[in-house]
Amino acid sequence: MDKIRESILTKSHASKLERRGKIISFMCLGGICLIVLAIFIFIAYRGLATFTSDHVSIFKFLGGTKWNPEVTENGHPLVGALPMITGSFLITILATLLALPFAIGTALMMTDITPKMGTRILQPVLELLVGIPSVVYGFVGLTVVVPFMRSIFGGSGFGILAGTFVLFVMVLPTITSMTVDALKSVPKDYRSASLALGATRWQTIYKVVLRTATPGILTAIVFGMARAFGEALAVQMVVGNAALMPTSLVAPASTLTSVLTTGIGNTVLGTVQNDALWSLALILLLMSLAFNLAIHLIAKRGELKR
Amino acid sequence: MVNTILKTKNVKLKYGDFEALHGIDLDFNQNEITALIGPSGCGKSTYLRCLNRMNDLIDGVTVTGDFDFQGADVYADDYDIVDLRKQIGMVFQQPNPFPMSIYDNVVYGLRVAGVRDKATLDEAAQTSLKQAAIWDEVKNKLDQSALALSGGQQQRVCIARALAVSPDIILLDEPTSALDPHSSRQIEATLLQLKEKYTIITVTHNLQQAARIADKTAFFLSGDLIEAADTKQIFMNPEHKETSDFITGRFG
Ligand SMILES: Nc1ncnc2c1ncn2[C@@H]1O[C@H](COP(=O)(O)OP(=O)(O)OP(=O)(O)O)[C@@H](O)[C@H]1O
Ligand SMILES: [Mg+2]
Repeated sequence: MDKIRESILTKSHASKLERRGKIISFMCLGGICLIVLAIFIFIAYRGLATFTSDHVSIFKFLGGTKWNPEVTENGHPLVGALPMITGSFLITILATLLALPFAIGTALMMTDITPKMGTRILQPVLELLVGIPSVVYGFVGLTVVVPFMRSIFGGSGFGILAGTFVLFVMVLPTITSMTVDALKSVPKDYRSASLALGATRWQTIYKVVLRTATPGILTAIVFGMARAFGEALAVQMVVGNAALMPTSLVAPASTLTSVLTTGIGNTVLGTVQNDALWSLALILLLMSLAFNLAIHLIAKRGELKR
Repeated sequence: MVNTILKTKNVKLKYGDFEALHGIDLDFNQNEITALIGPSGCGKSTYLRCLNRMNDLIDGVTVTGDFDFQGADVYADDYDIVDLRKQIGMVFQQPNPFPMSIYDNVVYGLRVAGVRDKATLDEAAQTSLKQAAIWDEVKNKLDQSALALSGGQQQRVCIARALAVSPDIILLDEPTSALDPHSSRQIEATLLQLKEKYTIITVTHNLQQAARIADKTAFFLSGDLIEAADTKQIFMNPEHKETSDFITGRFG
């Protein structure tokens, strides 16, 4: 009797193991949270220094069009980030817009039009595209896209448009494969029901499949935009890196990331020049938060509709 | 005077190398309910899907045989499948309304057929929802998502959706198997009313259901049609031993 009592009251080996496992997972989770938090605090601390210790007005920073941190004007350093912010947004939006029709078309090929060929040929191609390092894209952009731009539009060839084309290829696989997932998650039943009602294949795709997959496709777009917004190396190689307000798509310009990658190694920690770069990093961080938020909102709204 | 609306002869179907139907001869009378019964895997759904050419969607399917629908060969090269599916509607085993409003679901078939006139659409929506015996339950929430309805209500919306394009024949593949007894009875009552205007072909695993609603019953067994006759005869006095074994529950 006592033996049974004892064995019930004392923890079994399995439940001890389970507890140990739980503790380890929680510690890992806590560690990750801590690291993320530390990164946030660090970037925020550094990024805000521009405004607190260097006394740059936040409006001058966000709205100023002159970026020249080494030079001071009326006692304030020239750190207007608008050219880079504009550059980043332009490149991101253009690349995503350009990629979208290709992504949806390719995804439809893979799910609805020629699923067999789609999965046999397009799937590996997409996976390959994802795996190519961004420096390679940048290099191809530099040797092919930039001269091409030069021959068509004149000038140096560097600029937003060259960046757009390079990013287009880079976000295409992301958007496509996520769109494929969204299309695949549309139940087969919807397709059969639509066809059985006398709809053609295109009507079915347009009215049922794409419409049902819209939240998923929007998520894919936002993911693509997040990727484009954060891409540094390849863009930096073709965008021209002139911190000027973009006046033309084929004139040298810059993005948040390109200014960061070119500048961060050449400044000294604690100087205005360095602080200003951290402020740019803070904008990037906030933007990626915004993208994440958008993804969650879309996912939630998609669920509600169901 | 009974009028035969659809005649099929020597229907054979292969999924790749596997022959699922071995030559089915079956005719359907206008304004009658025909029930297809038989053990699982005998080819009822497969046969049903031949009638509106839904099998065309499956890779590697070959269908042979004669299909005479109102004097035309359904499988002729120049036969318009889209048109066929407007005249032979289908309701599936699982209720599958689109993730749209009830109204948009019901008028879907008309919209894809190019009907834009609001009054026509409204009229058709109301008529077909009434025919499917669900109007009273949904008339105040036509703009709400059809997915928010119960399974039985969804299935009746699907029936309404099929009726809205005014088909001649409605195919139903176990329309009540996903529903509770009460909803099933409602659907049965609906079908009995519908046969005034439509020809109904339904697959069912529920023999009582076949006995209750069907005028004709066809018994399938492993890809063959064993016998097809008046429902009374099939249940009271079947010609074949297999049929009576199945009816009395000795197998299947
Ligand atoms: N898409 C398919 N590809 C290959 N074989 C199939 C396919 N659909 C059905 N079959 C086969 O064809 C035969 C008939 O199937 P079918 O679905 O028509 O049976 P059923 O009588 O409707 O059965 P149940 O009552 O379970 O619905 C089965 O042996 C099945 O395995
Ligand atoms: Mg079946």
